[in-house]
Amino acid sequence: MRKTPVKSILQRYSVHFILVVLGAGITYLAYQEAIGLYVLSVLMFMGVNIILSTSLNLVNGNMGEFSCGHAGFMCVGAYVASILGVLLFAKDKIFGVPLLSPDLAVYCFPFIIIAGGIAAAFAGLLVALPSYKTRGDYLAIITIAANYIIISLIENLGAIGGSRGFMGMKKVVNAMNDVVDLPWMVIWVFIFTVFTVWILRRYNSSTFGKGVSAICQDEVAAEIMSVDTNKVKTITFMLSSGLAGIAGGLFAYIIGYVNPGSFNILKSTEVMVMVYLGGMASLSGAVMSAIFFTILLELLRPLQIIKWVIIPLVLIIVMQFRPEGIMGNRELSDIFPKLKRFYRFK
Amino acid sequence: MIETIIQNLINALQWGSFYALIALGYTMVYGVLTLINFAHGDVFMVGAYIAFFVATFILTVLGLPGWIALALTIPVTMILTSMVGVSLERIAYRPLRRKGAHRLYVVITALMCGLILEHANLAILGASRKAFPSLIVEHVYTVGGVSFTNLKIAVIVTAILSFFILQWIVTQTKVGMAMRAISYDKFAVPLMGIPIDSIIVITFALGSSFAGLAGLLFAMSYPVLEPYMGALIGWKAFIAAVVGGIGDIRGAFLGGFLLGAVEILVVAVFPSTYRDLIAFTVLLIILSLKPTGLFGIAKTTKI
Repeated sequence: MRKTPVKSILQRYSVHFILVVLGAGITYLAYQEAIGLYVLSVLMFMGVNIILSTSLNLVNGNMGEFSCGHAGFMCVGAYVASILGVLLFAKDKIFGVPLLSPDLAVYCFPFIIIAGGIAAAFAGLLVALPSYKTRGDYLAIITIAANYIIISLIENLGAIGGSRGFMGMKKVVNAMNDVVDLPWMVIWVFIFTVFTVWILRRYNSSTFGKGVSAICQDEVAAEIMSVDTNKVKTITFMLSSGLAGIAGGLFAYIIGYVNPGSFNILKSTEVMVMVYLGGMASLSGAVMSAIFFTILLELLRPLQIIKWVIIPLVLIIVMQFRPEGIMGNRELSDIFPKLKRFYRFK
Repeated sequence: MIETIIQNLINALQWGSFYALIALGYTMVYGVLTLINFAHGDVFMVGAYIAFFVATFILTVLGLPGWIALALTIPVTMILTSMVGVSLERIAYRPLRRKGAHRLYVVITALMCGLILEHANLAILGASRKAFPSLIVEHVYTVGGVSFTNLKIAVIVTAILSFFILQWIVTQTKVGMAMRAISYDKFAVPLMGIPIDSIIVITFALGSSFAGLAGLLFAMSYPVLEPYMGALIGWKAFIAAVVGGIGDIRGAFLGGFLLGAVEILVVAVFPSTYRDLIAFTVLLIILSLKPTGLFGIAKTTKI
């Protein structure tokens, strides 16, 4: 029998090891309350932003379309997950007594978030179906219109709060903590972030996912080369918006309050900035720029309104001197080829 | 019944005029550069503020009567706003174009310029709303149950005049011919001795000056100014331009009026909160049925 060399074991398991240590470390520190609530919430927003930017990167970077309504799908996910959670596990003015025992919340929470993601994926059809015939700037308009339609629809649904918003998610989180006292939100944000990056990596490197890059290069040529473009587009849009819905669900449970105004076009712009700052079609670039951007937002918070003058200015300057973003279209392992010896991420 | 329809029609024409005037700027820049100038809605907002300062200055410091102030405010606002648009082009877009950056990066830069204009305004002038001084006395005329003001008529007439002026410039003059040539073939045009950068500057100046005019008219009709007024109306005007078929002056004009009409009709029938929902749904359906807009021509692509 051939012995597996040490380096190969390191290569195979280093990412798993780092992720487990990182996740367990953050959870332990949060459990011991060694890191403050503020830092913790920044870390959780970082996770949400990573999900958002990597999932938009799939459409805007890998597929080469110009989607500017990502926050709309986030909104669908946030509302579906919050309403489902409050309906099932919390006492509320609107829905009355919970349908299930609040003790079950801790087991069902991931399914609630995933249900939000599935709902958002079907909302993604709003963009995916017109994209068969429409492309380029016309598709960009459809995404903007989809964002406005979703927000406007929820604003007009008085039963779930309308433009005043919807709350009660904190009760669900508290119910989870009553059963097992762990920082559940931190754990789930971490798991879903890793899940998103993993599934996108798998998707991009699969044979089916190669069709996505083929569409980016040339749609007509891709079709001639037997790529079923409509199917690829539908699945890609649905995957991207579904992941945005997961991010929205997590966002809603972190804050404990959602209102349609917080998912407007400015939020979509923010996500777009993260994608283009990281570099199109670069997964590691999207992750890095989401982390960087969240930290930048928090550092500039004391400046209040001037923050939104400085951040665009930084981005314009980045665009002038490095128009392809931080990473271009390369991954981390393309820039530092020696890293390939130490990790493998599939 | 017929009075209600005509009344709503006049309202729709007035409301659509603003969209049309802004959409003209979007479509001209797009026609020449294939660049979505997302900062255009905020240029409209800056135009309204410039009009506010110019009008207040003329009225209070110089103490001139209202109609002279209006006659002076119109050209000054248009010139100053066009300078804003041109400086955006010079500072942000041109260096990127020279480097041959991907089109989407220029679009992102445009979005960021819009954000800077909005929030710089908020930081400098504060969040308090500004009340626009009244320049002309509004008369309400009533003809057979339909009431309209002289201002409404002026807005509609101005929009239609602007359309004819721009249409004339684009189709009849040498500059317009150069603009169409650039949108036709960007690489052959400099070989023909056409100064491509000056033509682009002229395009931006024209588009922005009409946005400034729209800002002035908007401020006169709805005399409350706030920094975010340009964002939503800008996005909607862009959608109007696309529905008309972006890159075509007629398309932008008709798209603007179409969007205005849809919005006013929705408000006339449904509660006003449904305005965005129904207007955007109608536009989505139009775009799904006719993907290149009403006047757009589907381009054939070679492989």
